[in-house]
Amino acid sequence: MEYIDAMRVDVNGQAAEVEPETTVGGLVALYAFERRHVAVEVNGELVRRPGYDATILHEGDHVEIVTLVGGG
Amino acid sequence: MEQEPFKVGPFMFSSRLFVGTGKYADFDQMNACLAASGAEVVTVAVRRDVLTPEGGKRPKSMLDALDTSRLTVLPNTAGCFTARDAVRAARLTRELLEGLGNRGAQWVKLEVLADKRTLLPDPVGSLEATETLVKEGFTVLVYTSDDPVMAKRLKDAGATSVMPAGSPIGSGQGVLNPNNIRIIIEYLKENDPDYPVIVDAGVGTASDVTVAMELGSDGVLLNTGIAGARDPVRMAHAMRQAIEAGRLAYLAGRIPKKLYATASSPTEGVIAPAAEARTKG
Repeated sequence: MEYIDAMRVDVNGQAAEVEPETTVGGLVALYAFERRHVAVEVNGELVRRPGYDATILHEGDHVEIVTLVGGG
Repeated sequence: MEQEPFKVGPFMFSSRLFVGTGKYADFDQMNACLAASGAEVVTVAVRRDVLTPEGGKRPKSMLDALDTSRLTVLPNTAGCFTARDAVRAARLTRELLEGLGNRGAQWVKLEVLADKRTLLPDPVGSLEATETLVKEGFTVLVYTSDDPVMAKRLKDAGATSVMPAGSPIGSGQGVLNPNNIRIIIEYLKENDPDYPVIVDAGVGTASDVTVAMELGSDGVLLNTGIAGARDPVRMAHAMRQAIEAGRLAYLAGRIPKKLYATASSPTEGVIAPAAEARTKG
């Protein structure tokens, strides 16, 4: 993905370049995550599902997109 | 034989066995084991989802394989080494399970670990995270060592259940200190007989489960004991029977241990010893 004036964010520990003004909802869609299967944190704070499309990412944000996996 | 229901916080279960979903060869094997174990509660972990390249195919999710309509999912905070990270993980699991409509959204198996080698719980972090999560409305089931004093502190902090380790996670050493487990059960159930104590971690085989239940534990949580067995499905069956055997034996009450023998057959009416019979003939 390359955008003019791309914004750099960190997604699950990997550097990513996204379009400025990308929202959490946009990022989830960009990576084709199943919305029902993920939860999102931006800079250590949980973003509730209804807030995805209103939460705009900023340069340097750390995003964690997590799911449930096998565990004990 | 009819067994009494198992109450943990807002939940009622008929099975006293909680099983993990980790370390299985594939989801089919996992599901076969879950069915064989009879468990109604399954633990899961929260981890970063896989970043797929644009247009790439997503790997199959465990959430597609797991019957979340039937099972109550108990999310853990495994892999967290600070209270802060454990609290973050718990909030993420609540969001995930609410999205899936699973009633497990309201509880968490809290683990705040001290180090990667022993995977022993960090007592200070566990207590701190328990307090925070209880304040946030979580039903907290907290993993701890077999220290009775710590167990009491966690209960006092508002934990719905305290889950002492039989032995280190995944070690298969069984219940190493049955005396401490007994003391924990006595402490926590004093004037509160229904308070649930669940032995978590260290189970290597079926007899370990039975021992934990015979001591008076209300339930057992295990994962590797099944997933790591040579034949996991067969072991899952064994664990189901072991938990029932242990519970029934506990309710039935074992006999006291004695140094010398006590005959099971009548001591009266025994035939004459051979030597005596010959002299009279």
